[in-house]
Amino acid sequence: MDRRQFINKGIGAGIITGTSLLWGKNNPLFGHTVSGPAPAYDLIAIKGGEPDVMFDVAIESFGGMNQFVSKGQTVVVKPNIGWDVIPERGANTNPKLVGRIIEHCFNAGAKEVFVFDHTCDNWTRSYKNSGIEKAAKDAGAKIVSGETEGYYQEVAISNGKSLRQAKVHELMLSSNVIINVPVLKVHDGARATIAMKNFMGVVWDRRYWHRNDLQQCIADFATYCKPSLNIVDAYTVMKNNGPRGTSMEDVVVMKSLIMSRDIVAADAASAKLLGFEPDEIGHIKIADEMHVGKMNLTGLSINRIKI
Amino acid sequence: MHLPTFKKLRVVLSLFFFLATSLVLVDFLSLLPPVIVRSILFLQFTPSILNFFTVAGGAAIGFMVVLVLTFLFGRIYCSTICPIGTLQDMVAFISKKLRLRRYHEPLEPHSNIHLAFLVVAALPVAIGSMFAVNLLDPFSNFGRLSGSLIRPLIIVANNVLASFLELFNRFDLFPVEVKSVALASVILPLLFLALVGWMSFQHGRLYCNSICPVGALLRLVSRYSIFKIAIDADHCKSCQLCQRVCKAGCIDRKSKTVEFERCVVCFNCLTACPSGGLKFVLSLGSPNPHQQVVDGARRSFLLGTPLLFIGRKIAADTAKVVKPQKDSTIPERKLHPVTPPGSLGINHFTQTCTACHVCISSCPSQVLQPSFLQYGLAGLLQPVMDFGASYCNFECTVCTEICPSGAMRKMTVEEKKLNQAGRVVFIKQNCVVYTENTDCGACTEHCPTKAVTMVPYKNSRLPEVKPEYCIGCGACEHACPTRPYRAIYVDGNPVHLIAKKKEPEKKQEVNLKDDFPF
Repeated sequence: MDRRQFINKGIGAGIITGTSLLWGKNNPLFGHTVSGPAPAYDLIAIKGGEPDVMFDVAIESFGGMNQFVSKGQTVVVKPNIGWDVIPERGANTNPKLVGRIIEHCFNAGAKEVFVFDHTCDNWTRSYKNSGIEKAAKDAGAKIVSGETEGYYQEVAISNGKSLRQAKVHELMLSSNVIINVPVLKVHDGARATIAMKNFMGVVWDRRYWHRNDLQQCIADFATYCKPSLNIVDAYTVMKNNGPRGTSMEDVVVMKSLIMSRDIVAADAASAKLLGFEPDEIGHIKIADEMHVGKMNLTGLSINRIKI
Repeated sequence: MHLPTFKKLRVVLSLFFFLATSLVLVDFLSLLPPVIVRSILFLQFTPSILNFFTVAGGAAIGFMVVLVLTFLFGRIYCSTICPIGTLQDMVAFISKKLRLRRYHEPLEPHSNIHLAFLVVAALPVAIGSMFAVNLLDPFSNFGRLSGSLIRPLIIVANNVLASFLELFNRFDLFPVEVKSVALASVILPLLFLALVGWMSFQHGRLYCNSICPVGALLRLVSRYSIFKIAIDADHCKSCQLCQRVCKAGCIDRKSKTVEFERCVVCFNCLTACPSGGLKFVLSLGSPNPHQQVVDGARRSFLLGTPLLFIGRKIAADTAKVVKPQKDSTIPERKLHPVTPPGSLGINHFTQTCTACHVCISSCPSQVLQPSFLQYGLAGLLQPVMDFGASYCNFECTVCTEICPSGAMRKMTVEEKKLNQAGRVVFIKQNCVVYTENTDCGACTEHCPTKAVTMVPYKNSRLPEVKPEYCIGCGACEHACPTRPYRAIYVDGNPVHLIAKKKEPEKKQEVNLKDDFPF
């Protein structure tokens, strides 16, 4: 089903009520549908290289991008482009990493790759000054606005406690594959912003989340939106004054990358990199309790790579 | 130069200025760089003269260029540079093409109503009110016409086209959301358009010769222009053709005179005359007979004009306090509106801004919106920072760079980042963390200077404000999720201050050789 069909059918069937019935397992938000051998590891942690090089090694260790993207599929790569800030300040996902992920998607046969974020700062300036617009376009992806309410479709979050419905960007609903590419930062509201928190950038109304138990809403949305792959950019990591940051003093160069299909495991490992215990971050703990994924890393097979 | 060439040149120039100025005002994607915007608007008379006398001094000599041009060749400004002038020509052109009206009657020459309007516009300026200027000035009105009426239409067209492209999975264009529409900023331009449209349909350039304060001022100069259009009695066959095509109604065929101060130098008459009876000639010290009558009122007024600006500066210095917006039903007690960066404060801003809305059209985040009564009635439609609509982007200085009147002084990004337009106020009792005991932090998250930080509170963390670091960008207020009253807001500084710069915390170090912590 392509996007256009989705929208037509979605409107026809009644967007809120028909959501889960209409798409069932074919909706990318309920997990990717590519069949093939399961990746050898639950989680990859890699450090010591440039963002693009680390990604090459990590995805190779995961069995290559064609584990996640098949020929002719449409892909959303969702970085964090929240702020009108230069890449060195670590407020947005590293553009080199975004570019390389897109290249891998096309090499795996992707028909189209879309990149967007519902930014905090002015979106055109954020796209531009984060370096992501250029990196994405150079790699052949399409840049899409997240600042247009018309692109957002109301969906039901049937397992949500505080968040029972949300308006979600149509690309998230219509694309075959979702690749979540957050940047690792401390966060004044949520304590840390990693993979689950990054999906606040695919909904229209974030104020509702803030007003109705932020941590619970982040976890609630994770019960609904399950990306094919989470790639946490921990190359330049914001340790103070996140998520926006005020200067270069706020960041440390950690040259790391975490990759997992399990969004909770990815967040837990990344939180540890940041210096938190996973259960100190409200939404990680809640998501674990809601069985979105595993917060406890001890039982997971982890490939730790140093370059 | 062959005579019809004058007219062609005039038409080309007027269309150039009209289109370029319109482009500035409808540029909803902020595609034009500030230096281009400034160059295009350089010659606009009222913004330039305000800019010169308040902020920029020698940098804003556009109005002097216009005065010199007028002294040399007459009111070229009115026929080529002024966009409202060209707009009226378009009305006349269309009505002629539709055969609704072929020509205008000559007008009564001796009316002094233009001087009355000039006084009405200029006098309040002396006491610091831009109200009358902003209602009458052509550029100011054209800015609002384009910004409030044409720009939305172009945005709608863009959005329709974007939706169409989207059907083919193309995202080359993006729908643009208009964040706020002020009713007054639509109604006033509509009224102005109706008035000027009717006047130009009925009487050609009647607005320029009666209501327009710039036209009135230039009339005073063009009486003494070195080159003038005059009728050559030897060649004139008294055929009336020139009188019929004259937009300003300033040709009197019977006495074979041209009242040059009302002439907008469109060269229609020169082109129309079949017998070479009109000439654009050097006419030093030979004004038309009825212009030689010394008009005491006019003379004293001319002398008084520079005084107005001196008086105005004094008024600006004696810090007139703008009436605060007190409304006890609003728990966010905003005592003052927040004026844009670079505007120095409410007084300078409201006394220099012509409400042309160039900044509103160019503001990428749409935080600048036309005011309604925030500055009082006298400041109607002057821009104000509207944090309900958006917030001021930390890295952006576009408005300060393009303001043609000097109401906003040009600022570097570094200056702007410390320019305190307002100060943050926190209402703990409204805050989600206090009332719900759940995490939020939307305000701190958005704060670019860390005037808002989080401090431990029960199981969560509560905002704490340090207003000395605040620059009044309004990001916290815009992001705050509580309604109807925000838990955090910005109150405007009547006079902009310089914010304290926060020293960065000590940089943390990591050892890349360390093992993973899991």
